[in-house]
Amino acid sequence: MSTKTKTLTKQEAFFEYLVRLADDRLILGHRLSEWCGHGPILEEDIALANVALDNIGHAASLYEYAAEVEGEDRHRDDIVYFRNDPEYKNLKMVELPKGDFGFTIARQFLFSAFSFFLYQGLAKADDEQFSGMAEKHLKEIKYHLRHSREWVLRLGDGTDESHQRMQDAFDGIWTFTGELFYMDEVDELLIDEGLGIDTSVFREDWKNLVTDVLEEATVTVPDFDQYMAEGGRKGLHTEHLGHLLAEMQHLRRSYPDAVWE
Amino acid sequence: MDEQEKQQEFQEKIDSGITIEPKDWMPERYRSQLIRMMSQHAHSEVVGMLPEGNWITRAPSLRRKMILLSKVQDEAGHGLYLYSATETLGTTREKVIDDLLEGKAKYSSIFNYPTLTWADVMVIGWLVDGAAIINQTMLARSSYGPYSRAMVRICKEESFHKKQGYEMVATMAQGTPEQQEMVQDAVNRWWWPTMMMFGPHDDDSPNSAELIKWGVKSKTNDELRQSFVDRHVEEAKAVGIEIPDPELEFNEETGHYDFGEIDWDEFWNVVKGNGPMNRERMKAKREAHENGEWVREAAEEYARKQKLSKEKAS
Ligand SMILES: [Fe+2]
Ligand SMILES: [Fe+2]
Ligand SMILES: [Fe+2]
Repeated sequence: MSTKTKTLTKQEAFFEYLVRLADDRLILGHRLSEWCGHGPILEEDIALANVALDNIGHAASLYEYAAEVEGEDRHRDDIVYFRNDPEYKNLKMVELPKGDFGFTIARQFLFSAFSFFLYQGLAKADDEQFSGMAEKHLKEIKYHLRHSREWVLRLGDGTDESHQRMQDAFDGIWTFTGELFYMDEVDELLIDEGLGIDTSVFREDWKNLVTDVLEEATVTVPDFDQYMAEGGRKGLHTEHLGHLLAEMQHLRRSYPDAVWE
Repeated sequence: MDEQEKQQEFQEKIDSGITIEPKDWMPERYRSQLIRMMSQHAHSEVVGMLPEGNWITRAPSLRRKMILLSKVQDEAGHGLYLYSATETLGTTREKVIDDLLEGKAKYSSIFNYPTLTWADVMVIGWLVDGAAIINQTMLARSSYGPYSRAMVRICKEESFHKKQGYEMVATMAQGTPEQQEMVQDAVNRWWWPTMMMFGPHDDDSPNSAELIKWGVKSKTNDELRQSFVDRHVEEAKAVGIEIPDPELEFNEETGHYDFGEIDWDEFWNVVKGNGPMNRERMKAKREAHENGEWVREAAEEYARKQKLSKEKAS
């Protein structure tokens, strides 16, 4: 048996790229939406729902565009509701359970800081429809970053208990941060086409931003060079994603012929 | 001016349709009744997030997920807005929330019923938000300024919620046989609890006369219930949904629908805390409150530190 490497077409790579971005934001939005009705104060029920809506809304546009790029007459909901977990390509970071409010905030901050740099690039992508979407979402990301940064400061530099909880949250999630910068042949092809972003370009900027905020919050910055977990982009997930998808998809799959729009 | 003259002047203002503002003199009983009513209303918005929130992660399409999530978010906004309006009467949000968590304050009993299927959430939008609109349209003319202004703003969003719920009810009622069955079953379970939302009959409603005299309410419970029935029976017909009331019949003479009697034993039982979800709803709110304690403390401590370092700097 010979292993043949299939060469990726631009169309296939673009579809995959859009779906990866969308999966990250849908799954994160799902986790954030779990807070609705259960937040520490009513203002945060509203704020986290808002961040969730921005992420899910942007994911919806990305899936819709991905379906268009694919050209097989699929609806965005087909991509969302009828793929199994190996076919989901989100980062492991976003599928982790919501944890306490500190964990949710730590994850949101790290992810929003990354998205902030990524989307500055994507907003200039060589495709009007895609760059337009990215530009619109970039405005939302700026709010997400500000909101989560403010909470990192409050909780990190609040009480002894909140400080410890934030330290634990960052220590716990750190091993999942390396995957933010994962790149493979999909990225390479799209970088050449002016559609994708070389994330290594802003890795130092991201580290600096994160370091500044954590230091201001009196949180000890974990080691950027520690062992980093990967796999999400290849469909190898944690055990949590299967449960999340079971919940998200069960109603839609139970009545495949029904119309819900 | 003695107490009696003040009372008289207050009543004259009410009778001539002048709204009462926070700084105006008001009878203590007016104040306490409004605190009770408005905080109860705020709690209902917030507890109401739970049965609907129950389906956000399982919504059957992305569009429906976003609609539901923003609806539940709106309800949180209504709660916040109403808590602020209540604070104008000289209480605090912390105090009235503590009353809720300690079981001293009530919220609308409708939220003590479970959302068992997706259709339940859509039927809540149609019927429960529909009932809320009828009540709140009246309260938008209430004599207390901050309350009536809150209602005007909130009513606009409730109308939107009702429209979206009704749209999905219609889609399901014209959908597959399973969808039709699911939505009819939800209407069967929610119709009577929604009818109960307007409260006891007028002769069993001790506060009604006083609230009407003070211009807080302008219609009785039974009048409001009648407008709810008249409106929603027509809407049900339009999409082929059956209302689970064999006595429902249009009365040519009155121009209204006649309807059957509410099961008042069930009503009082749920009010007293024995509805299917009373305990769980309160448990969920208490847990959220307890789990959020460290966050609120940290925010307070951080603000204190910030203030201190600003003072030092200046
Ligand atoms: Fe937003
Ligand atoms: Fe509401
Ligand atoms: Fe509503």
